[in-house]
Amino acid sequence: MPDLSSLDTPKNRILSILLLCLVLAIWQASPVLFKIPAFILPSASAVAIGLWRGLTSGLYLYHGAVTLFEVLAGFALGGSLGLALGVAVALNRRFAYFIYPYIIMFQSMPKVALAPLFVLWFGLGVTSKIVTAALVAFFPMMINTISGLTSADKDRIDLILSLGGSERQVFTMLRFPSALPFIMAGLEISMALSLIGTVVTEFLGADAGLGMLMQSMNFMMDVAGSFSILIVLAVVGLVLNHALVMIRHRVLFWERLGRVDSGAAADTSIAEPTAPQADSALPAQQK
Amino acid sequence: MTLLKGASAAEASPKPRPLDASSSREFIRIREVGKLFGGRGPVVTALQDINLDIALGEFVAVVGPSGCGKSTLLRILAGLIPTNSGTVWFGDRKLEGPRHDIGVVFQSPVLFPWRTVLDNVLIPIDVQKLDRKKYLSRARDLINLVGLSEFEQRYPAELSGGMQQRVGIVRALVHDPAMLLMDEPFGALDAMTREHMNVELQRLWMAQSKTILFITHSISEAVFLADRVVVMTPRPGRIAEVLDIDLPRERTLDMMTTPPFGEYVRRIRAHFGTAGVMD
Ligand SMILES: Nc1ncnc2c1ncn2[C@@H]1O[C@H](COP(=O)(O)OP(=O)(O)OP(=O)(O)O)[C@@H](O)[C@H]1O
Ligand SMILES: [Mg+2]
Repeated sequence: MPDLSSLDTPKNRILSILLLCLVLAIWQASPVLFKIPAFILPSASAVAIGLWRGLTSGLYLYHGAVTLFEVLAGFALGGSLGLALGVAVALNRRFAYFIYPYIIMFQSMPKVALAPLFVLWFGLGVTSKIVTAALVAFFPMMINTISGLTSADKDRIDLILSLGGSERQVFTMLRFPSALPFIMAGLEISMALSLIGTVVTEFLGADAGLGMLMQSMNFMMDVAGSFSILIVLAVVGLVLNHALVMIRHRVLFWERLGRVDSGAAADTSIAEPTAPQADSALPAQQK
Repeated sequence: MTLLKGASAAEASPKPRPLDASSSREFIRIREVGKLFGGRGPVVTALQDINLDIALGEFVAVVGPSGCGKSTLLRILAGLIPTNSGTVWFGDRKLEGPRHDIGVVFQSPVLFPWRTVLDNVLIPIDVQKLDRKKYLSRARDLINLVGLSEFEQRYPAELSGGMQQRVGIVRALVHDPAMLLMDEPFGALDAMTREHMNVELQRLWMAQSKTILFITHSISEAVFLADRVVVMTPRPGRIAEVLDIDLPRERTLDMMTTPPFGEYVRRIRAHFGTAGVMD
């Protein structure tokens, strides 16, 4: 995202709220204005009522908790495995040589396509969702870890070696901190993919979760309800992403200190959340 | 640590020159050193028949056009790459890898952005697992010496390019190495900052009596700083001439406009033929 903070003035805030009201008004009026039937595009108020009912009845809370648990469990599982395997690949050239063909093969496969199989294998409970979420979270983490650990500046490596330092010291003092921007970007991609993987698997078959709830509302033509769940999912995604952004700012404190350090073109340029260059080692990550 | 005693900038004492010239010349002996780069593609003779002695406490500058093997020579002396032929002697020991008593300064500052200025200066102490507490005051003194005391707890991103390079230089001194290897340390700085840094480096060297090998593209910088200037020519990388610079210390920027200074510069430039190769 470009830096928009200088535009964040009181006047622009008011304009921004007015714009939101305008959008909501057009949405509310659209069934009348554009003659769109309510079962295709429900009015804003219908969606708001659906949201209110779902939240106050505790229904969304329960299913939301199930979905959140699946997302976080899959993210933790896939993320930590991806991190571990990434470290192993970056440190051991032999291991990298033998495992790379499999990585590239899996990488070019749309991994959510395995979700129906996982439902078949692991059933309608949380397991099949966690496995899908873990699988989609795994790859960006692993690939970003590999690129990060191999991104360390050559002169910085030479500095440590010239002082008589060991490869181990190069790793702890340099490679790992140099990889942190990549790893943080990987976490953000993995989290977003975990949410997608979980919801898609819930669509396919589940006994609980927001995806399953949305699917059943679709069958009952409750389009306003479906829309309200979309809003809940968007909020869940936003909150998860925001938490990671906060952590990133904490961990990568030096990236917000002003000018870019001249010796570090590679590792200071990836402050953006979904840093595409972090994926450069292999074909771009798709869901 | 006593060596900073006289270093309160204003009254830098003249550096003690070794008395016995014949033995002191032998601190570093580079003998018949050759280096090839190959692998795929044509083989490049980066260095050929390099012979050079460096005395303890001497300031030697190496000049030469791009690609003549200056950095390769420095990386060999730093123990980072092996030679293909010949030997380098440090005292009476063969050089066989990185040594603990060498400090390297690179063209870019090579700071770690997640470490404060002080922690960057202490990197050699951390790498060599020395006692941080023992070297803390020395690190602070060195930072003070280059006028960065107020920035001790700042991060590299908060410093200007010249300030960052100064941190890189005092870091190379913190573990009290016998020798400094500097690879175009001021190449990225603007002309004015660069002259200022040259004066500062001379002062630092006179106060610390280190042996320095200083690589540069700039002939006048080499003449200004060095006791001896090694002139190198490319393809293959060889030493064309070694020139003694008999200008008095402490040298001043005004000296750069004097006839003897100009004569040295002319003589070195003659090695590179037509204008425009360097500077
Ligand atoms: N790692 C390497 N692999 C292959 N060739 C190399 C390598 N390092 C240096 N060379 C070659 O060796 C020669 C000397 O390189 P070197 O970096 O020492 O030159 P230099 O004098 O430092 O040049 P500059 O002033 O541009 O820094 C060049 O032709 C370069 O292409
Ligand atoms: Mg060079």
